[in-house]
Amino acid sequence: MTVMTDSAPTAADNRRQRRRKPLATRAYKVFRVVALIVVVLFLLAPLFWMCLASLKTNVDIYDTAKAFVFSPTFENYANVLQRNNYFVFVVNSFWVAFASTALSIVLGVPAAYAMSRFTMHRSALVVLMARVIPGVSLLVPWYYVFSNLRMVGKFEVLILSHMFVALPLIVYIMMSYFDSLPLELEESAEVDGLTPIGAFRLITLPLAVSGIATAGILSFIFSWNNFMFALVLSGAKTKTLPVAIFDFVSYASIDWGGLMAAATVVTIPIMIIALFTQKYIVSGLTAGATKG
Amino acid sequence: MSVLNPPRSARTRRPGGPAGAGGNFSAWANRHRKWLFAAPAMIFVGVLIIFPLAWTVYLSLTDSQGSVRAASEFVGLQNYLTVLSDTERFWPAVGRTLSFTGFALAFEVVLGMGTALLLWRPFRGEKWVRVAILLPLVATPVAVGMMWRLIFDPNIGFANQLLGMVGIPPQPWLSGQDTALGTTIFMDVWQWTPMVVLILLAGLTSLSEEPDEAARVDGANAFQRFFYITLPLMMPTVIVAILLRGIDALKTFDILYATKGKGGGSFHEVETLNVYAYGLSFDYNQYGLSSAVLILFFMIIIGSMWLLTLRRKAVSK
Repeated sequence: MTVMTDSAPTAADNRRQRRRKPLATRAYKVFRVVALIVVVLFLLAPLFWMCLASLKTNVDIYDTAKAFVFSPTFENYANVLQRNNYFVFVVNSFWVAFASTALSIVLGVPAAYAMSRFTMHRSALVVLMARVIPGVSLLVPWYYVFSNLRMVGKFEVLILSHMFVALPLIVYIMMSYFDSLPLELEESAEVDGLTPIGAFRLITLPLAVSGIATAGILSFIFSWNNFMFALVLSGAKTKTLPVAIFDFVSYASIDWGGLMAAATVVTIPIMIIALFTQKYIVSGLTAGATKG
Repeated sequence: MSVLNPPRSARTRRPGGPAGAGGNFSAWANRHRKWLFAAPAMIFVGVLIIFPLAWTVYLSLTDSQGSVRAASEFVGLQNYLTVLSDTERFWPAVGRTLSFTGFALAFEVVLGMGTALLLWRPFRGEKWVRVAILLPLVATPVAVGMMWRLIFDPNIGFANQLLGMVGIPPQPWLSGQDTALGTTIFMDVWQWTPMVVLILLAGLTSLSEEPDEAARVDGANAFQRFFYITLPLMMPTVIVAILLRGIDALKTFDILYATKGKGGGSFHEVETLNVYAYGLSFDYNQYGLSSAVLILFFMIIIGSMWLLTLRRKAVSK
C-alpha cells in the first residue's frame, strides 16, 4: 500500500512507491487466487456432493467413512427412471416449459415492442407488477375457476399458470432490448416503402433474435424450475419434475440415493442449457440493472 | 394490396376506398399497431392476473372455506381483524419473513460485492469461475432443497462431518428449532449470491475508470478507493440488486417447503408469510383467511419496494 503524504511527492518517494507496489500487487494476486478458489469450492462442492451421493448405494451413504471412496453404481438412476416413471415427468416438464415460453414470446415480444416504441409506461408497469405479486394470491382464484371448470390437472392450465412467470420476464427483457435498438433503421425502412408493421417484421424482429433468445432461455429455466403452481395445478398425468421430487420424500424413510438421483436428473438438463447459453443468461439477468 | 392493380392506380384511389379488404385491414392494423401489439399481452394480464387479484381482495372479505364450491358469506373486515390479532402464527410469520429476507440480503450483497470485485479485472481461468457462478443460479430450487437436506442431515450429513474435522460438535441444522431458519438463509445465500454478483459485476464494468485512476494517482489505497469512489458510484446498482433479490427473497417458498414441508416444520420454524398463506389455502382450505394474509403480505412487499425506490432516487441524484 502506498503512504499518503501531505507534501508533494519527491522523486525519491516516487521511486519508493514504484518499488513497493509490485509487492502489494503480488500479495493481492495471491489473495485473489485463494479467494476465488474458496468461492468456486463453496458454489460447486454441494452440487458435486449431490452427484456423488446419487452414485452410492444407501448403505454407502449412511457410512461416513465412504464419503469419497466407494464403488459407484447407476442403480439409483435405473430405479428412478424406470420404476418411478421419471421419463414421463421429464417430458411433462419439458412440454410445459416449452409451451409457456413459446406462447409468452408470441404475446410478449410485440407488446414489449409497442411499450418500448410508444413509451407506454403505465401499461408496462401493469405487466411488471406480475413480478411483485405473490403467486399464492393468484393460485386461490385460479384454483376456484379451474376446479369449477374441471380443468385442474390439465396441461392447458399448467401452461397458462407458468406464463404468469414467463410473460412479465419476456416483456421486461425485450423492452430494454428494443430500447437499445436504433429507431433510424425502421424509419428508413418506412421511407423505402415498408408499412410500420412490415418494418417491425422484416427489420426489427430479425435484429432482436438474440434478445428473444435471451428472454426465451431464461423463461424456459424459470418455468422448468417452477414448483408452486405445478404443486397445486398439476394432476397425476401432468406432474412436472419438481413436484415429482417433492413427492419422493412423503414416504416414511427417505431413499437418499434415489432422491439425489432424481435431484440430479432435474438439474442436469438445465445446467447443460445454461453452460451453452451462458452469455444470454447473464445478459438477461442483468437487463436494465445498470440503467440510471 | 391486390396484385392485379398496378401501383399507380392504387395510389390514385382515396385511402379507405375500395382497394380490397386486405388493404383496408393492413392500413387499419398499421394505424392501430400500438394497441394491436400490446392488446394480447394486456388481455392475458387482465384475465389471469388483475381479475384474480381483485377476486382475492373480495375473498378476503368473506368467510370462504372448505370447498371452492361451498357458498360463502360476506363478513367485512373480520378476517383482517382475526389475522392482525393472531400472535401465534401471523406475526411470527411476519418476523420470520423479514428476518429471512434481511439476513439473506445482507449476506448476499456483502459476499456478492466481494466476489464481484474479485472478478472485476480480467484474469486467467475467468471462464471457469463464471461457470461456477452460474450453476447454483439455474439449479432447480426444490432439488437444491433436497441436496441440502442430505448435506445438513444431523447423522449422515457432510456438514457435520466437516465440523467434526475441526472439532466442533454436530449441529441439528434443519431439524433444530433455533437453527432451521438460519440454515435456510444459508441455502438462499448459496443459491442467490451469484445473481447479486452478476448484477454488481455488470455495474462495475460499466463504471468509468477515470475517478478510480485519479484517486490512485493521488495516492489513495485500495480500501479508500473502494469506500470513497467505487461504492458511492455503485450505490444505484446495489439498490437495484437489493430490489430484484428482495422481491424474490420475501416470496421464497420452494426451498422452505421442500426442506421443512407443510406449515414450515412441526414448530413452524421456517413458516414465512408465503408458506403460511399457502398452507392456509391448500392444506387447510381457509380461503377467506388466507386471502386476508395475502393482501397484507402484498402490501408489505409493495411497501418495501416503494421505500427502496425512494432510496434509489435519493442516491441517483
